[in-house]
Amino acid sequence: MALRGLGRRISIGKRCFSSASEVEKPPRDGKPINLFSAINQALHIALETDPRAYVFGEDVGFGGVFRCTTGLTDRFGRNRVFNTPLCEQGIAGFAIGLAAMGNRAIAEIQFADYIYPAFDQIVNEAAKFRYRSGNQFNCGGLTIRSPYGAVGHGGHYHSQSPEAFFCHVPGLKVVIPRSPQQAKGLLLACIRDPNPVVFFEPKWLYRLAVEEVPEHDYMLPLSQAEVTRQGSDITLVGWGAQLSVLEHACDEAAKDGISCELIDLRTLIPWDKETVEASVRKTGRLLVSHEAPVTGGFGAEISASIAECCFLRHGLQLEAPVARICGLDTPFPLVYEPFYMPTKNKVLDAIKTTVNY
Amino acid sequence: MAVSRLASSSLSKLLLRPLSAPPFSRHFSAAASDDDWTVLTIETSIPFTGHRIDPPSRSVDTTRKELLSFFRDMARMRRMEISADSLYKAKLIRGFCHLYDGQEAVAIGMEAAITKRDSIITAYRDHCTFLGRGGTLVEVFSELMGRRSGCSKGKGGSMHFYKKEAGFYGGHGIVGAQVPLGCGLAFAQKYSKDETVTFALYGDGAANQGQLFEALNISALWDLPVILVCENNHYGMGTAEWRASKSPAYYKRGDYVPGLKVDGMDVLAVKQACKFAKEHVLKNGPIILEMDTYRYHGHSMSDPGSTYRTRDEISGVRQERDPIERVRKLILTYEMACASELKDIEKEIRKEVDEAIRQAKESPMPDPFELFTNVYVKGYGVEALGADRKEVKAFLP
Ligand SMILES: Cc1ncc(C[n+]2csc(CCOP(=O)(O)OP(=O)(O)O)c2C)c(N)n1
Ligand SMILES: [Mg+2]
Repeated sequence: MALRGLGRRISIGKRCFSSASEVEKPPRDGKPINLFSAINQALHIALETDPRAYVFGEDVGFGGVFRCTTGLTDRFGRNRVFNTPLCEQGIAGFAIGLAAMGNRAIAEIQFADYIYPAFDQIVNEAAKFRYRSGNQFNCGGLTIRSPYGAVGHGGHYHSQSPEAFFCHVPGLKVVIPRSPQQAKGLLLACIRDPNPVVFFEPKWLYRLAVEEVPEHDYMLPLSQAEVTRQGSDITLVGWGAQLSVLEHACDEAAKDGISCELIDLRTLIPWDKETVEASVRKTGRLLVSHEAPVTGGFGAEISASIAECCFLRHGLQLEAPVARICGLDTPFPLVYEPFYMPTKNKVLDAIKTTVNY
Repeated sequence: MAVSRLASSSLSKLLLRPLSAPPFSRHFSAAASDDDWTVLTIETSIPFTGHRIDPPSRSVDTTRKELLSFFRDMARMRRMEISADSLYKAKLIRGFCHLYDGQEAVAIGMEAAITKRDSIITAYRDHCTFLGRGGTLVEVFSELMGRRSGCSKGKGGSMHFYKKEAGFYGGHGIVGAQVPLGCGLAFAQKYSKDETVTFALYGDGAANQGQLFEALNISALWDLPVILVCENNHYGMGTAEWRASKSPAYYKRGDYVPGLKVDGMDVLAVKQACKFAKEHVLKNGPIILEMDTYRYHGHSMSDPGSTYRTRDEISGVRQERDPIERVRKLILTYEMACASELKDIEKEIRKEVDEAIRQAKESPMPDPFELFTNVYVKGYGVEALGADRKEVKAFLP
């Protein structure tokens, strides 16, 4: 009963997003736009600045399910922005081939839940092309974009967070933005990065997250986490839509006098261990949070790595076990989604438990 | 632009074949209309087109009883889907919801040709297929609203209806994935020598998935009693068939697998084709049935369904090819019932549907612990342990 009340409150709770940190502040000269428009801007710029860039996927010629590709066909023509048939494995394989010829292949998989038919191509063909050909070939121009995560009522096949599967694959990069400004800069960086990248977009934020986004062409660095909030008692690490949940939890914790440091990992592999480690050395405590099921999630990797480097070393140590607040080990449910989710109150409880350990 | 206009107008021409009153070979006198079981033979709207196979006859046997049940069953499906639309708009149904109205003749005609020992497996547009397999309206609406008395205990939702005892294997969310599964079902059926078959349904969009071709080869290689039913409603989400398929002649796409093109808006043609197909696959291995059909609603509830096709196209199909109107016309032409009797049936159905919705609303949500059940067989795997692996253990059954 208590659980139910909790869930309902959280499911109503509006998600917001965090803007750029104090540390790294892109100029605030832009108009307020939402996340899908920021993606759309990035794609416009990518196609504009590189005549060898292509955008394709199911229904992208019509703007895509989430409007991310609106206007691209009109602007750049059907030879550069086009619909594919419904065939994810084919889309990924085609994209790899296109990229192998020196092009920027920007492929959309309509929902991350549908990336599994393409999994083999991404894992076995894309990720290992450079390595196994002794650097003769690569598909570095490949970027696969896909909306991931919960939307409140997406059910089993419109809600999954499959990032951890791809984090187990050396040769790939995995990047997830938390806000419109971040999305634009990171996506452009991914498209121009000479390695294949899987870019997951938090679909919950497509419309909900609005912030000022510079209109010009800018990139944000990959493999650099960002400390979005400074604190001294505990380090919170997350990515994508979860950042806003963590932010709320930080606010609540502050009311109880707990000072949280919040880190947006941004790039999951290769990840910025140094930033996380430095923070944990300062706070002595770590909480990792993601929507994907806890077991085998990327939070496990972060926890293990930090335990390795911060446990009784150099006189600095973890003062409490690493907390993981993640999705449950169940399929993503249709009913009781808020129970499944790593909600603000669950995070807050864990912050308190960890700090008072 | 010119290309697309040209192509879409030729598409709409294709879609709009007139619903003419078919000629009939045996006269049905008004007096005989009392006799539910008198067999009459009716010709299908158009001939079947075969690929590597001689198509069945256009003359289909039916009875007054059958036609009236077709009318009632299809009207019930139509009403159910329209009510689901309202419930969705009222936010009583959450998640993704795909409606079947327009395609009813496929579900109904198929059922008329097979038994519940045969298997059916389909994608996410599954409400009516479930009803056709003997599911109830209460189970449908309960599942849609995520209630305990739903056919998947409220855990599946719109896309995941199942009915094991009636050979309905559901309800699959990943486009194309259900087709190879259907081959596995058919292999088991062949092995058990019980003369049953599997109907594996998929869409025109799904037809382009690699899995389809894998399934075709497997089923032909092993002579499996599987009927691959392509429900060609001419669009996969917003994509018209010709935009996505080099050859939209889906019945021919099995190459070495025979195929039959069927007017999927003509329930009698569907029945005839399915009967024919069942006999064929038991003797010879797989066949493709391409059902030429149409969905009136948008792809899912977030699609108004009017951006990639014209309103004229939709209303044209409604006027000229509607599966329910076709049967109504037959019934009236053969004087098996009068217009007001059919109206009465529709009124009854409305009541039936409203009552089912009322009952479904009364059904409670699943118990919260259902979140953790059915992940593994109890005692045979890891049991979910909650967010921090401490909290929720107590709720496990
Ligand atoms: C593997 C996969 N890719 C994409 C989707 C998203 N999606 C759901 S239905 C659909 C269109 C399918 O069209 P069709 O096969 O013609 O079936 P219809 O909806 O017309 O019944 C798409 C692209 C999905 N569910 N699964
Ligand atoms: Mg279709």
